Amino acid sequence: MSLMRSFQVASTALSSQSLRLNALASNLANAESVAGPDGGPYRPRHVVFRPAPILGEVAAGVEVASVKEDMRPGPKVYKPGHPSADANGYIQMPNVNPVEVMVDMVSASRSYQMNVEVMNTSKQLMLKMLDLGRA
Amino acid sequence: MNVVPEFDALYFADAALRMRSYRQQILASNMANVDTPGYKARDVLFSQALREQLEGTAYSNALPLSATSDRHYRIGGSLPGAPALLYRMPMQPSLDGNTVDVETERSHFADNAIRTEAAMTMLNSVLASRRLALTGNQ
Repeated sequence: MSLMRSFQVASTALSSQSLRLNALASNLANAESVAGPDGGPYRPRHVVFRPAPILGEVAAGVEVASVKEDMRPGPKVYKPGHPSADANGYIQMPNVNPVEVMVDMVSASRSYQMNVEVMNTSKQLMLKMLDLGRA
Repeated sequence: MNVVPEFDALYFADAALRMRSYRQQILASNMANVDTPGYKARDVLFSQALREQLEGTAYSNALPLSATSDRHYRIGGSLPGAPALLYRMPMQPSLDGNTVDVETERSHFADNAIRTEAAMTMLNSVLASRRLALTGNQ
């Protein structure tokens, strides 16, 4: 039944968008992490989506294709007393732009809400369909 | 009592509801892929899709199964045909190649949901009147 597929499609979108929100929260939390596990500054993660075909259906959900690390270097800040400072007293900061992350977060949360709406509407329609023919 | 004179009301309601939930699924896909790079929004031309279902010409859209041997099944054209999916013209193309316009999809989705409810209401009234005819309001 096609309406059931709408549920499936919306649920793939919800899980993908929540993964994106997780990545964004991680980026924001690590905006000041100058020394990651590999010794270098934290590299922000970006989630890339791709359509996820549903077997035997024309509709497509969405899935996370990859989580890419942002390799662009962040700004250098002069902090001579810092343990990670180089010979000239500069430390390499992570390339996290809080404004960029916040904008991305608003977009992710709006997409999430929209798919919740899709689910609610599909649910209402299905409940009504169950009542078809009841006098 | 027929909604469209040339078709039986129940037959019409069946085709209409089937096409409505099919379109709901397509629109849900568009909304799920709002942030997918390169995704192109799809939709069906509803009036044409419904007419094809009603007239039984939907099968002509199905992919024919090619047979390379005499012992192959000949089922070309008998696969259930899904309505042709078209691409939506983007209002404002985005850099990542995605053509999903949230507002357009939302309004089509809401419109489709209301029309599905309308089709169900109509089917319910057809069923009620037939039940009345059968029982004579006993």
